[in-house]
Amino acid sequence: MLRKIEAIKKECQLRLSQVSSMEELNEFKIKTLGRKGEVTLLLRGLKDLSGEEKARAGRVANELKQNLEQMLKEKIEAFKLNELEQRLLQEKIDVTLPGLPRQGGRQHPLTQITQEIQEIFIGMGFTIAEGPEIESDYYNFEALNVPRDHPARDMQDSFYISEELLLRTHTSPVQVRTMEKMAPQIPIKIIVPGKVYRKDDDATHSPMFHQVEGLVIDRRITFAHLKGTLVRFAHQIFGEDVTVRYRPSFFPFTEPSAEMDISCVMCKGEGCRVCSHTGWLEILGAGMVNPRVLQYGGYDPEEVTGFAFGMGIERIAMLKYGINDLRLFFDNDKRFLAQF
Amino acid sequence: MGVSLNWLKKYVDIDWSPEELAHRLTMAGVAVEGWQEQGSDTVLELDLTPNRGDCLGLINLAREVSALNAQELRIPEIKIKPAVEKVEEYIKVEIVAPDLCPRYAARLVKNVSIKASPEWMQEALINSGIRPINNIVDITNYVMLETNQPLHAFDYNLLGDKKRILVRRAGDGEKFTTLDGVERVLDSEMLVITDGSKAVALAGIMGGENSEIQDDTCDVLLESANFLAPSIRKTSKRLGLRSDSSLRFEKGADIEGLIYALNRTAALMQDLAGGEVVQGICDIYPQPRNPLSLTLRPERVDYLLGTSISPDEIKQYLQRLKFGIKEEDGQISVDIPFYRPDIQMEVDLIEEVARLYGYGNIPASLPEGESSSGGLNSYQKFRQQLNEILAQSLSEVVNYSFINPADFDLLLLPADSPLRNVVKIANPLSEEQSVMRTLLLPGLLETIQRNLSRQNQNLAFFEMGQVFIPANELLPMEELKLGAIVSGKSELNWLKHRVELEFFFLKGIMEDLLQQLGVIDYEFKETQNPSYHPGRTASLWVKDQEIAVIGELHPLVLENYDIKERASAFELDIEKLFSLLGSSKKVESISRYPAVERDIAILLDQEIKASQVISVIKGMNNPLLYNLKLFDLYSGAQVPKGKKSMAFKAIFQSAERTLTDAEVSHSMDNLLEQLKKQLGAVLR
Repeated sequence: MLRKIEAIKKECQLRLSQVSSMEELNEFKIKTLGRKGEVTLLLRGLKDLSGEEKARAGRVANELKQNLEQMLKEKIEAFKLNELEQRLLQEKIDVTLPGLPRQGGRQHPLTQITQEIQEIFIGMGFTIAEGPEIESDYYNFEALNVPRDHPARDMQDSFYISEELLLRTHTSPVQVRTMEKMAPQIPIKIIVPGKVYRKDDDATHSPMFHQVEGLVIDRRITFAHLKGTLVRFAHQIFGEDVTVRYRPSFFPFTEPSAEMDISCVMCKGEGCRVCSHTGWLEILGAGMVNPRVLQYGGYDPEEVTGFAFGMGIERIAMLKYGINDLRLFFDNDKRFLAQF
Repeated sequence: MGVSLNWLKKYVDIDWSPEELAHRLTMAGVAVEGWQEQGSDTVLELDLTPNRGDCLGLINLAREVSALNAQELRIPEIKIKPAVEKVEEYIKVEIVAPDLCPRYAARLVKNVSIKASPEWMQEALINSGIRPINNIVDITNYVMLETNQPLHAFDYNLLGDKKRILVRRAGDGEKFTTLDGVERVLDSEMLVITDGSKAVALAGIMGGENSEIQDDTCDVLLESANFLAPSIRKTSKRLGLRSDSSLRFEKGADIEGLIYALNRTAALMQDLAGGEVVQGICDIYPQPRNPLSLTLRPERVDYLLGTSISPDEIKQYLQRLKFGIKEEDGQISVDIPFYRPDIQMEVDLIEEVARLYGYGNIPASLPEGESSSGGLNSYQKFRQQLNEILAQSLSEVVNYSFINPADFDLLLLPADSPLRNVVKIANPLSEEQSVMRTLLLPGLLETIQRNLSRQNQNLAFFEMGQVFIPANELLPMEELKLGAIVSGKSELNWLKHRVELEFFFLKGIMEDLLQQLGVIDYEFKETQNPSYHPGRTASLWVKDQEIAVIGELHPLVLENYDIKERASAFELDIEKLFSLLGSSKKVESISRYPAVERDIAILLDQEIKASQVISVIKGMNNPLLYNLKLFDLYSGAQVPKGKKSMAFKAIFQSAERTLTDAEVSHSMDNLLEQLKKQLGAVLR
């Protein structure tokens, strides 16, 4: 009997080692451990034996059964793993195919730059003030020390609605509007982003464009503060490596007035087409608030002083993004907008 | 304006290279745009600010240079050997419009011989951009460039018999031929120089053909006058005629310096044209200008600039500019020369000090004191959030605020539409940009059209901007709008998942927006709008206020804008939406108990709207119904004609316990019963 068991064992191990698929394995399982399988029948046949032989053969046969079951289990695991590997191999994708495009949009570059400028000044304690785009002659010119017949009105050819109303030519009217609201409280520390309009239309001028105005009024505000504030702005928006210079200039609403240049961001000051080979780019106008403007706003120029500045947002955006045609901002071509 | 460097050096020594000179002047506020070699000369190109018109005169420019390099300023001396006759015997000057002509001086030079001017003068003029004509005309131009005072030479013998100069306003419609040969029609706001009967010059702008210097001119009447800047500017603009003379008067000429210029001209005619200068000047100056004197407090300089400049240094700068100064009680009294009309206040003097001190030498620091906290207010934050949410699915565009009045016709707006009530621009660039927009739609439609015409497809844009509504106040009303427009499908891709960019795409964006803003109480209602598809347009209501219109655009509108695809749009009132926002969102707690999902498909009459079904179900106020979603809509061969099938997924959940199958089934039965009763629904 023992020899028979030994033979079955050998036979089973040989057959099992030859099994190559799940089906064959199932077949083998039925043939050996199934209800009418060899090992099942063998174990069933043991009950006819007696005494000591029964006990010994029983132990060996049970060992065989457990052994087979263990081997089968291992074989099944191996097959499952193999099957999974096969499936995963079949599921291989071309990972270089493009991702599914999201129906996504972009903020307009001017919005992005405006937000960037706002955040820089907010970091220095500024708040945002706003005013109407259709303005009275008073706030746009007169209260800014530009009386009628002043040659400075020629600097900005305006769109008029009536004798008294026009499309604002700069964001500066919000200076006096804010002062009127605040006086005599100090400090005032605002920037004013917004649309402005001038009667010009060519490659370098658009009849509508955007400015950011700034105004600081407090006791003992000096030209040194103007420089300190604007140099920090220039470094934050264009990088710490730009250098800044100030030239005397003229604006009716500031005195002394200055123009701020930065070293050309294209050629690093070497001289190129963008900076007309000067190495410098004019980026903003500024100055100490003219005492007459302070008076229009309701402040005593002997008590408080202030500085103001203004810049074109398109200009900053063009320099930052290397855009060479102003009109692209208002052309709204999908291919342009998608790049921001 | 071009400046000959050789000529400039007649008045001041300059050791600097042209580059150095250009830099120094620019950094002192007299901007030099560039320079170029011209023969043995160098020509500087000036870009003057409007307050420094005086630097159009070489002597004034030389004074700036001398203030910068501390070299002596040389003003030419004048030596006239006057004839015995007196000017009064030859001419009488009368000003009947002293409001436009505050001073008029004339001098007579007899027996000149007309020829070419000497080469040095011709070269100086050519390098300054002025064509030499003859010695008399050249001398007037030369002295104008030198002193910034425009001069005019009349042929004395062509002035009428009255031998007088009368300065008066022109008559309306008066005709006058300027020496460029153009006949000009004048009006009563313009000023003319006459000989008592006929006009002989357009004051301050250009002389007349009738009194021009000729080859045989013998006696010359010289004019050196002052005319009011606004009057010259207006006349010059109205006639479209600018000259070197008008340019200078527009910026304001030196009313006291005009006698020097007159004498300098006469002296040159004596020296270079062999003329005899008649004794005396006929100078009519009814109200001589008072010289201006300003007080400068030295401490105020540092107070405004944040510097420490000593009073001595301050005085030095003012002296270098040739300002007369006196010191009294620690204050500096400064006499302002007439050629610097831009200096009117103490701060103007501080700027003079600052620019000579050098803006670059002023320190830089941040304002001190308690730091105010910056930031956006809640409305500004809201707008920024709105922009960011929209930009998740749409690209932002910026269109001009002005539109074409014809846009309202293209949008099919009826004649009485309030949107046609516009703010008009009095002087537009063109008719197409002549009225302020009352809605964003025209710009958005043009954006679509322009992109389609460039083969850009699948378009999804939004814009945030003001619209303008006439009001009874001084200023029109400005309202901030949010507009969006889409056309086509989402981007083509190899997986073939493409979203139609149409009504429901836009509506989804709106719903997502409302959800992100925490607005729950809203409703889309069918509506009619002339620019939109009659069956595919809704208005958005929040808390009983209509805040937006959304719809597919009317095919005729699209055709009017030359758009061959379907397109959908919305326009929303941002300020209204903001005013309707509630307090901040409250988070609902999430149930720990399992949810039960049940699907239900019902047959309904075609006309019944989804909103009706939802309102019936919501009206039942079943506390166990957690969520309800439409997941299928069908009408066609599988359902009877005139019917449609709607399938909903209902989710039941309790915050307190696990629901039993029986109570969910009971809820579903009730739900179906209500739908049957109220809408005639049939279970499918």
